[in-house]
Amino acid sequence: MPVHRRVEVSEIGDVTVVRFVDRKILDTANIQELGDELFALVENDNRKSLLLNFSRVEFLSSAALNKLILLDRAVKKHGGRLKLCNLRPEIQEVFVITRLNQMFSIYDEEAEALASF
Amino acid sequence: MPDNGWIWTLEQRIASDTGEGREVVSRILAALAAADWAEHDIFAVHLAMEEALVNAIKHGNHRDPSKTVEVTCRISKDRVQVQVTDEGAGFDPTLVPDPTDEENLEIPSGRGLMLMRCYMTSVQFNARGNQVSMEKLRTPPNGNGKATDE
Repeated sequence: MPVHRRVEVSEIGDVTVVRFVDRKILDTANIQELGDELFALVENDNRKSLLLNFSRVEFLSSAALNKLILLDRAVKKHGGRLKLCNLRPEIQEVFVITRLNQMFSIYDEEAEALASF
Repeated sequence: MPDNGWIWTLEQRIASDTGEGREVVSRILAALAAADWAEHDIFAVHLAMEEALVNAIKHGNHRDPSKTVEVTCRISKDRVQVQVTDEGAGFDPTLVPDPTDEENLEIPSGRGLMLMRCYMTSVQFNARGNQVSMEKLRTPPNGNGKATDE
């Protein structure tokens, strides 16, 4: 089983739920590592239904947003679905300002997101 | 120097290293907290500074260890001014495509600049494009965090 340093991964039904370890997603090296771990779930482990739970995330930069866009691209390429949940209001606002809330399916609660797959 | 009510100032030259950049940001955020700035305003300055410093270090100086970034900051009770200058060739901010345009929405770049503009009250670049000057006015106590709201 692959070792994850930046995320905690669990399976709930057919959905792979990913929780971020870091409260702040901004360091370039961390984002690279985070991206590698997320991409491995899609490209190596062939997970099709991915839910990112942001409950711990207090801060993220545009570099993290860019990584999420690339992840979404990879998930779609593999015929999967990527959804987001539990964004704090200030993180939600970042998605609204950048209009990425239109690109990603975002849910308030994990249970609601799980039911939507 | 005229008294503009500045209660905290900083002038620092740092290496082209995001770790050093983050230490400066931490000092600025601590100073804002000490001056009783609200959390959403501190979040805004944090985001704008993170983007400005990454731009300067990564895109301006290309992480060249022989180049430095100059950071100046002034904080008063109701405004914060930040200036970040790198030693790069500069860029033309008007040429950065709007990442919120439909055709650019899925392109993974260009969001740093727009976040800086959204979260600060004003963002200006010098003619060469290697220096950004940002200002944020404190959100009124009954405001919701947006500087443009009345």
